[in-house]
Parts: sequence; structure tokens; C-alpha cells
Amino acid sequence: MDKRVTFRGWLLPAALVLPQLAVTAVFFFYPAGQAVWQSLFIPDPFGLKSQFVGTGNFEFLLNDPFYRASFVTTAVFSSLVTLVSMGVALWLAVLADRLIKSSGTYRTLLIWPYAVAPAVAGVLWLFMFSTRVGLVAWYLGLLGYEWNHVLNGEEAMALVVIASSWGRISYNFLFFLAGLQAIPRSVIEAAAIDGARFWKRFWTIVFPLLSPTTFFLLVVNVVYAFFETFGVIHTITSGGPQQATTILVYKVYADGFVGQDQGSSAAQSVILLVVVGLLTIIQFKYIERKVHY
Amino acid sequence: MVKSKLAGMVIGATALSLAWTPAALAQTEIHWWHAFTGRLGELLAEQVEKFNASQDEYHVVGSHKGNYSETLNAGIAAFRAGEQPHILMVFEVGTATMMAAGGAIKPVYEVMAEGGAEFNPDGYLGAVKGYYTTTTGEMLSLPYNSSTPVIYVNRDLFTEAGLDPDMDLSTWQQVDAALTALKEGGVDCPLTTAWQSWVHLENFSAYHNVPFATKENGFAGLDTELAFNGPVQVKHIETMGQWAADGRFLYAGRRNEGGANFRGGECALFTESSAGYAGVKAQAEFDFQIRPLPYWDGVEGAPQNTIIGGSSLWVLSGHEAGEYEGVAAFLSFLSTSDIQAKWHQDTGYLPITLAAAAQTKDEGFYEANPGTEIAGMQMTAKAPTPNSKGLRLGNFDQIRGIIDEELEAVWAGDKTAQAALDSAVERGNALLRRFEQANR
Repeated sequence: MDKRVTFRGWLLPAALVLPQLAVTAVFFFYPAGQAVWQSLFIPDPFGLKSQFVGTGNFEFLLNDPFYRASFVTTAVFSSLVTLVSMGVALWLAVLADRLIKSSGTYRTLLIWPYAVAPAVAGVLWLFMFSTRVGLVAWYLGLLGYEWNHVLNGEEAMALVVIASSWGRISYNFLFFLAGLQAIPRSVIEAAAIDGARFWKRFWTIVFPLLSPTTFFLLVVNVVYAFFETFGVIHTITSGGPQQATTILVYKVYADGFVGQDQGSSAAQSVILLVVVGLLTIIQFKYIERKVHY
Repeated sequence: MVKSKLAGMVIGATALSLAWTPAALAQTEIHWWHAFTGRLGELLAEQVEKFNASQDEYHVVGSHKGNYSETLNAGIAAFRAGEQPHILMVFEVGTATMMAAGGAIKPVYEVMAEGGAEFNPDGYLGAVKGYYTTTTGEMLSLPYNSSTPVIYVNRDLFTEAGLDPDMDLSTWQQVDAALTALKEGGVDCPLTTAWQSWVHLENFSAYHNVPFATKENGFAGLDTELAFNGPVQVKHIETMGQWAADGRFLYAGRRNEGGANFRGGECALFTESSAGYAGVKAQAEFDFQIRPLPYWDGVEGAPQNTIIGGSSLWVLSGHEAGEYEGVAAFLSFLSTSDIQAKWHQDTGYLPITLAAAAQTKDEGFYEANPGTEIAGMQMTAKAPTPNSKGLRLGNFDQIRGIIDEELEAVWAGDKTAQAALDSAVERGNALLRRFEQANR
């Protein structure tokens, strides 16, 4: 017996889907198509003349060792940001979930950093770690560690990862906490009566039941790390030192808006589109299988 | 004239432009997009107000559009959309981009000639004029703010380290000895710098009369190639790398981050733009002094002259003839010696006209503010050579980024000076070829 409700005819369903399709076409397909078209040309900045170069822009990019290195940088950066922001958020959420007294205050304080704009967060962290005047850098100096993210690529990467993850922890915390509270207490209590310790209960019951939330956050955080961390990188390192923190989307900006090289910038957008498309397919095809709804 | 005003009214009404106030109706509006905020923004606004008050035919509207890169970007985007301002402030790095955009700009010499405005390009300092003039002598944009690098000395730190603050620092050899003595005397930061590529490669090359790029640093053609990996530059960067390694040179960042270290009294010497004077004067709680940029003794022709940084004003095409008359009147007003002298004295930028320099001298400003005349002298000491006229290189904002990266590799000890400069030249040349291709 088929219980699914179906529409008769195709006019009504088409009309209902149309607004969504129109929005997608205008705001996604049209600009994406433009990017693909522009990536075939080298225009001058003012748009006075333009030369067709075919795949020339892509060849120019892929022959550039720094551009190829930026794929690795992006992978490292995105993985670290996702891992740090989700890991810390989950840990905090588990702790907050166990709180009985003043949990409201605790939660509110944890959610605050989300209200800080990425660029502002970048500046805040930059001040704290500023080589000569930063408070944290100064304390590290007292401990005998010479902090200098201006010249040291690994320190620069660590700093942009911390600054990008910081505000994101709040966002993830909210979702994890809600997820944790949706888990039926009875299941956990039953396990407790059977003698399972806290961590045993966490890994065998809580974590699997939390997997829809975790999966959603994984997708959202990877997209965040790819596209929205731009402000942090711009304010803290501008992609340096020696392009150690130049992620793909930052290079799109730098080449398009600082260098006025719109052909290369468009080609990079197309490459980025393909990369993120592949990533999403992988996520939904392979990781989602492990999710219990 | 009446017709164009009517057309303007119709366009204005249909666009429902908020700026279209009754007062503006009677006047022709001239839009100027610039990159100045803070004190510089106030001084710029003052110039605009003065001009608006001096006549009632034109009304200049100044709009801040972000930093230099963002302003250029806004201008380009606006041009593509057909909404460009009349006047756009473009930093010196964007000069080649603007010069290549033949159809988008209206050369200043043309605007002045058609507008019948009083204008004498020969009144500008040679080194300033040369930057914005074609090889055939036509001035394409109006120099606005120009500065050149000098070295700032913290005299108190010299005394504390047991050095004579009046010691000669004209050559890098002497500076080298001073840095060693400062370090031994307990100074944590003997030397720091701002704008490393601009000071230690671009100006360095001009000052030592060696090419930064072939084809007269790009003035003579788009097929120019970078040439700053020559022995003179390599020796300098190598020496600085050595200083960085043993703590005699502290690298603080690509822009003017080092300024905080110097103004805070941490660093003894600081190579920075002459326009940094106002900031140092306002914040330094120690005895400081400006000296000419040092040179390597023994390099033939050094010291030549240094080159400029800063911006010029470009007139964009696509407006009515009547409006260009207003632009001409405004630009002519900006180049008067009263305006120029005041700008120079208030900001520390160079006096870019000979008359403004003379006027400032007559007013006794240099005696009251010793050191402020050094930048001007350093730029005009000798007639510019093909190596010291300036730079005209496409994609130069990005090439500077590449140079910054490679220099950072030297300061960090990852690369030798020769390897870093060779790599910067190779990577920069790829961008020059792209610019050549885009503007063929």
C-alpha cells in the first residue's frame, strides 16, 4: 500500500517549485555561468578590451607552484578549523549539558563570541599575538618562546586557525547542546544502571545519537572554513608569510580585487566551485552513511 | 550648457538621486573619490571646502572609498558600470594600470588645455613630474601627495648605548658599525623598517643608479623585465639578512607596523616614508631626528636621487565638456603654491611644486621643524636618470606582494638573498607578461 501523497498533473507542482528554481537560476547558475565564461578571457581591468585565451588562465594557474601549494594550505587550514571548532564546542557542550546550576549564564557567555564579526575577531587576536606589543606574545617571551607569526609560517597558520575557530565554537556549541538535550534521558539512565561509565555512555550512546548534528556541522563548518574565513586571514596575515596562509578563496580576492586580474580570478572561482562540489559529494556519499537518523 | 543642465535634471530626477539638492542644481557637481581618512581626510576636506567657497560655478564632492587599493577598485568597478567619478585618487603603484587604460582616462594635460585653466607642469619637481608623465613629456595625472623614504634616528637610544647621537650615518657602512655598537650597548632593536620593497629595493635601486627593471624601469615599454637581482641589490639584502639573523634588524611587517616599535622608543633606527613625520612627532617621547637615507659607499653614482610614493589624481573619461572645465579649475586650484605649501607643512608629504618649496622655506618652516627639508633635498639633489625616474610596472601591487614574501624568506633565514631575489624576479616577470598580454 502506497501512502505517499502525489500531485495529479504537473502544473501545480511545477508552479510550486518554480520560485526555488528561479532563485537558484538567478543567484547561482547565472553568476556561475558568468564565472565560467570570464575564465576563458584575459580582460583589461576597465573592461575596455578582452582577449580569448581558452584554457590559458587555467594553464597559467596550474603551472604556478604557489597556486598548487595553496590547495594543501586550504586542506590543512579547513581540517584544522573544522576539527578545533567542533571538538572544543562538543567538549564544552557535554560539560554544559551536565551543569545544573547557572547553566544559563554559562551558555550565554559561550555564545557571545559568535556576535563578533570575523574581521574584528582577526584584529583582536592579532593584537594579542602581535610580535612586540601583544600580551600573549609577551608572556610567551617570558617563557622563553620567541613568537613571530610574521616570519614563521606554522605560527601564522596556528594563529589564523585559532582566530577562525574561536567565533565558530559558539555556533557549534549551540547545535551540539541542542542535540545533546534531545537525546532521551531514559536511554542514558538505562546504560548507567547497567554500569556504563560516563565515557562509555558517551561513545556508545550519545555520540552515535548525536551524529545527525555532527554531520550537519561538519558540512557547514567546512563551507565556513573555505569561504567565510577570508576576513580573518585578510586582517591577520594577508596570506603571508611566503603564502603560508593563502587559502584558495583568499587568492581569488587578492588576484581579482588587488591585482585586477579578473581572468585569473574567474578561473580560480571555477576551480573552487569544482573542489567544493566534489567535497560535498564525498561528504554526502560516504560520510552520511555512518549517520543514524 | 543649458541643454546639458536640463539633461542633467532629467537624469537626476529619474535616478531619484538623494544628492540632488536644490543648491547643487545651480552648480555643476564634480565628484572626487579618494583614500584618505583621519587627519589627512580632514585636510583634504578643507581643500575642497576652500575651493567650493572660492567660486559658485562648481561644487566638488569628495568621497572616501577605502584604502588605496579599494579606491582604485571602486573607480574601476564604477567605470565598468558607467558611474565613474570625475577624479580618482590612484596610488603610485596603480600608475601603469591607469596609463594602459587609454579609453578610460582623460589625460590631465588635455583637461587643462581644453578647460583653459592656468597650469604649468614644469612647476613640479622633476622627480615627481617624471613619474606621471609620458616619455614624450605629457602629464597624464596630477601629482597629489608624494613622499620619499628617509631614516629616523632615536637619539636617546644612541646616547644610552654610549654612542654619539650626532655620528655620521650617511652610508650603510657607517650604519652597519652603529648597529653593532647599538646591539652591544643593549638596544634590543637597532633597526626596523616600513614598506621594505619600496625602501630597500625600489628606492634603493634608484638611489644607487641601478635598474629595478629593464626598459627604463618600464617607462619605455610593456615588455619590461624585472632586474633587481643585480649584485648591488643582492649585497644590500644579504647584509640586511645578516642583520636580521643576529638581531640587529627587526622585521615587524610588510606595511608600517615597524612604526609602532620606533614610536614606542624600542628601535634606534627606522627607515620609513617622510610622510611618517607627523605621526612620529605626535607620539615619540624621545629626541628624534630625520636623516637622509643611507647609501653604500663605493657604488658608482650613489647617492643618486630617491623616488616617490603616494598618489596622483586621474581624470576619468565619459563626462560632459562643461564638467571637465570644472575639473580643470579644481586641479588648477590644487596646484597653487598656497595649497601645496600648506599640505606639505601639515602632512610631511613633499612640496611637489617648486613654488611651494620656496614658499615653505621663506615662511621659515624648515628652521622651526628641522629635518623636514631632507626628503625634498634627497629627491632633487641630482637630475633623475633612467634608473631613478620612477617605476612603471603593471600588476605592481601583486609584484610587491611577491617581493615581500621573498624578503621574508631572507629575514627568516630560509633563503639566501640571491635565491630570493632571483625567485622574486622570475615570479614577478610572469605577472608582467600577463599585464602585457591583457593590454596588447
